[in-house]
Parts: sequence; C-alpha cells; structure tokens
Amino acid sequence: MTVFILSVILFLIGLYGVLVKRNLIKIALGFMIMEYAINLLFVLIGYRAGGTAPIFTQDVSGQIFVDPLPQALVLTAIVIGLGTTALLVSFAVRIYQKYESFDIRKIRELRG
Amino acid sequence: MMIVLIALIVLMILGAIVALESRDLLSAIISLGIIGFALTIIFLVLSAPDLAIVQIIIETLTLIILIAAVLKTTRADTSETVNARVVMLWISGIIFMGLFLLSAVRAFQSLPEFGALGLRMAQAYLDGFRQTGASNLVTAVILDFRGYDTLGEATVLFTSVAGVVTVLRKAGRKD
Repeated sequence: MTVFILSVILFLIGLYGVLVKRNLIKIALGFMIMEYAINLLFVLIGYRAGGTAPIFTQDVSGQIFVDPLPQALVLTAIVIGLGTTALLVSFAVRIYQKYESFDIRKIRELRG
Repeated sequence: MMIVLIALIVLMILGAIVALESRDLLSAIISLGIIGFALTIIFLVLSAPDLAIVQIIIETLTLIILIAAVLKTTRADTSETVNARVVMLWISGIIFMGLFLLSAVRAFQSLPEFGALGLRMAQAYLDGFRQTGASNLVTAVILDFRGYDTLGEATVLFTSVAGVVTVLRKAGRKD
C-alpha cells in the first residue's frame, strides 16, 4: 500500500509539472515523470512475494513466478514512451527555432 | 526488500522535484536520468529483468535526445515569475492533487496488498510454456499471445520517427 501511494505521489509531481510549468522542456519532463510513475505502478501491482522472474529454467518444481502480463504491457509502454518523447521534444525545438523561446506565454500567434 | 523499494521511490520523487524546479535545463535533464535509472534498479528488485534491460536502453536514448535538443537551443529557464495568476494556479493545482490522491487511496483499498497477488488474470499465460515453447513468459506474451499489440507498437514507433523527420527537416521550408 505504501509503495502504491508513493508512486501516485510521483505521478502527481509529473502532473504538477504539466499543469503549472511554462517552459516547454519542463512540460515534456513532466509527461515523462508521469509515464515512469505509471510503469512503476503496473509492475508493483504485478509483483508476488517471493516470486522469481517469469523464465522457465531446468528446475521448475515449486517456483513462484511474478505476473508476466503487466511486465509485457509495460515493455510496450516504455518503447512507445520513447517515440512520444522524441516527437514532443522535436516540436519544442521547432517552436524554439521560430519564436526564440520555450516560454508558452510568448507563443501566441500560432499559424502555419 | 520493502525498505529498498521505498528508498528508491523516494529517490525518484526527489529527482522529479529537482528536475521540475531547476533553473538550468541541462541539470533538470540529468535529474530526470536519476528517475529513469532508479526505475531500472526497481525493475531488477521486482524480478523483471526484461524490463530493466529495455528501460536502461530507452533511458539512455531519451537522455541523448533531450541533451541534444537543449544544447541546440538554450539552457536557461527564464519562464518563472510569481504573480497573482501563478498563485491561483498553485492553489487550484494543490486542491486537485489532494482530491486525486484521496481517490487513488480509496481505489487501492480494493486492490490486493503489495505482494499478495492472486494471479487470476495471468494463469492462462503461465500455461503458455506448453502452448508456445518459449521459456521466457514475457516474450511469449509479447511476441505470441499479443503479437498484434507489438505490431501496433512498431507502427507507433515508425509514425513518431516519420513525425520527427517531418518536423525537423530543413529542405522545403518556407520561413
């Protein structure tokens, strides 16, 4: 229960970054912190006390595995996170080249 | 085990606060690296070696992308000013986060305790060794039971790379 609440607090810190910060790179960092927190929460929920990694070895008698399903989902989510981060940062760099600033208050006249 | 986990997550929270509050964007990104690599250690502690391998590679790539972006543009974060609107934003944000935390705590009470998972969902996948012959169950789920998911993941990656190339290209730009 404690670790679940701590990972939700990490998620909320990322949400604070997205909601309150005005710098585009800081907003991207907030998104990434939220993503880390969600991945952490999934793997924490899938853990079993005393479980080993879900890999069959020669001696499988009496082994307890952790849940492989959240691990597989989080593996996909981590890789997709890299894609979204790269796209977000490239948008930020392009906006900086046009407006000379990362400050979202200075990016008023958004047109093509 | 529990103490190690709590210490690592507290380290991640501290790294997140430093990353969001630092005035220098380069040090903010290095603090983000603290979070990612601490997450790698947590995956190892929670016996998820595949995730640890993928996380350490992706974290390194993310840091390279972010550092390249910051070195190409600017390191200083000059957007912080304190006025009445910022204070209002703070107050509403704190109220929203308190409500979110309360509802999360209520939701966690209906989950099983940490480490006491019943494996209702994944029992079919645990029998997957007999069906697929893959000795690593995580790869059995990714590449066999949920192969279409992985195809979609590859599509998303390809789309994002195409987007990055389109946004950052130099040729054919008018301004």
